Amino acid sequence: MSGPEGTRSSRRSLQVKFVPDEDVLKHIADDAGTKLRKDKAQLSVSMKRFVKKLENISDNEAQEILEEKNYVAALGICAQDPVGNGSNISGGEVYSFQTPKRSSKMAELASELAQTPEQNVAPDHSKCSEKMAKTPQSSNERDVSSSNACFFFAVQSKKKEFVSTTPYRLRKRLAAADPYLESESEYSASCSEEEDEEDQKEVSIVLSSQKTPGKTKAASTPPPRNSLAKKIKEQKMGNLVEEYFEAHSSSKVLTSDRTLQKFRKRRLNQQTLHDLLKKAPLAYAAEIRDLNHQHESLFSKWMLQLHLGFNIVLYGLGSKRDLLEKFRTSLLQDSVHLVVNGYFPSITVRSILNSITEEVLDHIGTFRSPVDQLEFIIKRFKEDSSLELYVLIHNLDSQMLRGERSQQILAQLSSLPSIYLIASIDHINAPLMWDQAKLSLYNWLWYETTTFSPYVEETSYENSLLVQQSGSLALSSLMHVLHSLTLNARGIFRLLAQHQLEKKDNPSYPGLSFQDFYQQCREAFLVNSDLTLRAQLTEFRDHKLIRTKRGADGVEYLLIPVDDSTLTDFLEKEDEDV
Amino acid sequence: GCFVFKPSTKKRRSSEKTAHDFRSGSDDSEDTELRFVTCQSLWNQIKSETEQIQEDLNKQLLDNLVSFLSRSHSEFQEKTTEWTCRMKFREIPTAALVLGVNVTDHDLTFRGLSDVLQDNITPYIALLEAKDCPGIKNLMQKLMGQLMNCDVDVDSLEDEDCVQVSQNRIRCSMSSLISWYESVTKKTDSETPSKKRNSSSRHWQSPPVVVIFKDMESFTTKVLQDFIVISSQHIHELPLVLIFGIATSPMIIHRLLPHSVSSLLCIELFQSISCKEHLSTIIDKLLLTSQFPFKLGEKVLQVLINIFLYHDFSVQNFIKGFQLCIVEHFYSQPLSVLCCQLVDVKKRVYSLSHDQCENIRRLPSFRRYVEKQESGKQVALLTNDSFLKEETVKLLEDLHVYHENYVSILRCLHVFTSSLPKYPLGKQIRELHCACLENRVWETEEYESFLQLARMLNKTDLVAMLQQCVEILMSSSGKEFDKSVEKLKEFLTQFQNLEEASQERDVSVSSQKELQKKTDLYHLQKTLLELKESRRSKKLTKFEMLRFEVVDYIDSLVRKYLVPADDRTLHEIVYFNAATVLRGHLNAAPRTALHTALNNPHWYLKNQALKCDGGGISNKAPDICIVYKLHLECGRLINLVDWLEAFSTVVMAAEEPNADAASSDQVDDTIHARFIRAVSELELLGFIKPSKQKTDHVARLTWGGC
Repeated sequence: MSGPEGTRSSRRSLQVKFVPDEDVLKHIADDAGTKLRKDKAQLSVSMKRFVKKLENISDNEAQEILEEKNYVAALGICAQDPVGNGSNISGGEVYSFQTPKRSSKMAELASELAQTPEQNVAPDHSKCSEKMAKTPQSSNERDVSSSNACFFFAVQSKKKEFVSTTPYRLRKRLAAADPYLESESEYSASCSEEEDEEDQKEVSIVLSSQKTPGKTKAASTPPPRNSLAKKIKEQKMGNLVEEYFEAHSSSKVLTSDRTLQKFRKRRLNQQTLHDLLKKAPLAYAAEIRDLNHQHESLFSKWMLQLHLGFNIVLYGLGSKRDLLEKFRTSLLQDSVHLVVNGYFPSITVRSILNSITEEVLDHIGTFRSPVDQLEFIIKRFKEDSSLELYVLIHNLDSQMLRGERSQQILAQLSSLPSIYLIASIDHINAPLMWDQAKLSLYNWLWYETTTFSPYVEETSYENSLLVQQSGSLALSSLMHVLHSLTLNARGIFRLLAQHQLEKKDNPSYPGLSFQDFYQQCREAFLVNSDLTLRAQLTEFRDHKLIRTKRGADGVEYLLIPVDDSTLTDFLEKEDEDV
Repeated sequence: GCFVFKPSTKKRRSSEKTAHDFRSGSDDSEDTELRFVTCQSLWNQIKSETEQIQEDLNKQLLDNLVSFLSRSHSEFQEKTTEWTCRMKFREIPTAALVLGVNVTDHDLTFRGLSDVLQDNITPYIALLEAKDCPGIKNLMQKLMGQLMNCDVDVDSLEDEDCVQVSQNRIRCSMSSLISWYESVTKKTDSETPSKKRNSSSRHWQSPPVVVIFKDMESFTTKVLQDFIVISSQHIHELPLVLIFGIATSPMIIHRLLPHSVSSLLCIELFQSISCKEHLSTIIDKLLLTSQFPFKLGEKVLQVLINIFLYHDFSVQNFIKGFQLCIVEHFYSQPLSVLCCQLVDVKKRVYSLSHDQCENIRRLPSFRRYVEKQESGKQVALLTNDSFLKEETVKLLEDLHVYHENYVSILRCLHVFTSSLPKYPLGKQIRELHCACLENRVWETEEYESFLQLARMLNKTDLVAMLQQCVEILMSSSGKEFDKSVEKLKEFLTQFQNLEEASQERDVSVSSQKELQKKTDLYHLQKTLLELKESRRSKKLTKFEMLRFEVVDYIDSLVRKYLVPADDRTLHEIVYFNAATVLRGHLNAAPRTALHTALNNPHWYLKNQALKCDGGGISNKAPDICIVYKLHLECGRLINLVDWLEAFSTVVMAAEEPNADAASSDQVDDTIHARFIRAVSELELLGFIKPSKQKTDHVARLTWGGC
């Protein structure tokens, strides 16, 4: 069924084999050609068979489909909820694959959004229709899914428009203001690839686009009454698969080459970022407050349900920290409770268990393993029925806690009748952490608490992409370590840093080879034998100041794993000191 | 990251607290106490009932297991030849317990099993789970720890020294286990017989050691193999019996263990009842009975059943859902105070406050009822509290009677539908129940086809079904069925009489005989046509007439008694119908919520500026929504610079719609900061991650990026 895949794999296998060169050439030319043709033929044949099979669909299957539909209907029943999630969205819309769009699309959308007239004015229809025309696939999806069928025919042929011809209006506009940017080429592939691979890809795309019309035609022939649903579903599946492989057909992604450095935008550090955001007014504060009030009215219900043996998990967009904090301060003041900041980068299950044993149970002593510790806790809580503990976990799905073992331990902890757990999750895939066994231990009740509040605390620890946090941190640690070393050692490090900075324009700089480095150090009277240098390097490596890499020729290369700007700063500071 | 907070004052008792929470949630304070108590007692009743059901269902299985264990053990006891020959082959008696895929329910079964074994067979039981036993060493440690502990239970008076030795310090080997076993059994032997009778008469002299592997599939093969091989070496010193808990199929044993190992086991297979049967029994005992006043509405039941069938097959989860329904109902419905046993209803109704009476008047079903009354009564119902209370009692009693009748007739109908081909109204009684609750069942297409099929039933089936119906109606507690029983019995006797007077059918038989003669195609066709003609003209036989009568009578019963509950007055008091709430709590869709919040913030933030047609999004939306929307337009990698520019374009346009791009050659710091925040929020939510492929790029993670 899947053309692109087939051809690709056959090509791969040919590359692996060892055969004389000319043979290879001939082979590839011949074989690939015939393969393609054959595949096409097979495709149409299998297509026919496929349709036949569908038409002969048995009553049984039809029954199944009906049942399934009932299920969807039953689960889809969603009356007006006070808070209400929008479950009128079919799964297809949430999870569907999308064809890769070019980044110009983003600029386009941005300019479109920017041009949107005042919202209080009724939307004028000409603009609306223009927009519909521009994004045919999304409008199509929306129409069908809004009808009861909730399946969508993704119009394949429309999506095949790979080369977007729309001018990059916005880009031009912005670029004109910045001549520095205009001078360079706009786009390049992220990795260089041979021409023939591109050709191959082209072929596969043609193949898949040829396949699609055939398929849609097959589906449009009047099918028997009952198999229609099934067929639509099959088709949808087929399209999804194609789209997936289309999106991943090559490792090449076309994006612009612009970087933040060239953008001449200084990176903000954590503190200024924080200050700036504090100054910026929070949008829709009143509405957000309303939302929070709605959630706060549920507090007593949460308490009741916690006491009845359920545990509570909160989900939805927006930080739930303040909400939980409010819950804590308003209802838990008279009881023992434990607050766990899951987003904290160094939190572990061990520390959670430790704080329970040491501070709640007043136990002094250590445990061999978390499991032992858990057993001890369980025993204590079972023995003493007057013990009660509320556990609040912000971000149960954080990096440190999402592991299988941590979740198992937390689940077992939460299954104790006198431990009440209330937790929040944010990651879209967070529910995948739990299998049936853990779910039954947790005994969750789900509450949707969309707050739209910014994740201030949660993201502050993150090594964010745009924040210059790592730089300042690395710099201070560099200084600290270096100051504790001997003068010679500092000199050695300086040499390496300087060398690295000299080569900063060379993107494929592998590092300084050990022999060269030794030579330089000798010349600067920093070391007298390569053994002393090695000892020094070991010390650096232990402090993670340098990284060594063995090149293809077996030579050892040394590299400082810090970005150039930090290194420059470091050298400047060093100069000041000296 | 962890902070413990301890209150300075001593806290109150927890049960009071729970009641307090219940109270503080609702507005009117008067009946909450009573409501909470009712809720708790009802739940406790239901809980014990479900446990009872579980026990009854497992009884057969447990009995079989117990007899198996005692058999394997008695042979060891008497040192018969059979045992010795088995010992020669070093076979370990093993029970393979096929429990089904609903792993979460197994715990209860195992708990029951170990209780029963403890009572009847042996005090030496070890329950092992795969997650505790990554290696053979851990397994032995766990095993010995559990065995020594249970040893303490039996004779707690002596060997305190033995208890003090923590499991960590014992050298965990098979030989130490054996020596422990010998010492334990010797001790019991040395005791005087009379004393032994008193202390542990239920156990045999040298009871077997039972090791239960709860989830055999998840054990590592190596551990299992090692354990089996080692213990088979010592089987003549230690009467070991293994029990494997299996979720899939017994074949797994042979897949996990090579032949050389599995030949060391003497496996006997036991099958527990399927979870579907279990559920049917639960529904039968909890819902299709008038024992409990609380009822589930159609949609709620459907949600619970769907979660069961499509998600986990777990009966425990079903019961948990049921519990949640009860709590929700009593918490949210102030009138649920009347949802109690019939004997209490009167007292409770008469003690209702004025506000509660108003609550009754506000019920939609009650309003409908009032509209149907004549004007004088209407006024009385709406103004006079005591009259209203009298009426309420009557209506509630009606409702109770309705339930009793409903259940019996439902069962009768199920007798018919469950044996028809293709099961027009569902195979299980729960499906039929849902159909009847949903709307008037006799108006549905399925019911029509049921009637048609029922009119074609043959006599023996029909008679058998009628007899079943008679039994059901006789055993029901409803009082109105005397007449129906009479009627059905009459039908039965009529069928009896028919048999005697069935000579007349010979005529048709003879004509059919003709067909069986050798004939050509033309003649066959002709005779068939003739036959058809005669059929059509021929009037119905007595049997057929009677059959019509029976079906019509059943139909009339259905129309009379299987009225959907929504049509009954005051059904809100006992029926829980908030399926949405239930579904939101049990079967939540976090991704959908996120999707809605990001794509359509107006759903949550009721601000006019956010209102948008179709799938678009306003440029005044929260930052994260805009950033999300922009990132949807990208491929697998996103250039941060482009993204930032696009974002600032949108945001600036939103802030100053008239000012054009002229002023904005540099992105404002504040906007930059807002962008950073939004992007890191998206990262936290798992939509993007930093990428090393290209500088200043991030990778999309949805739709399977990277």
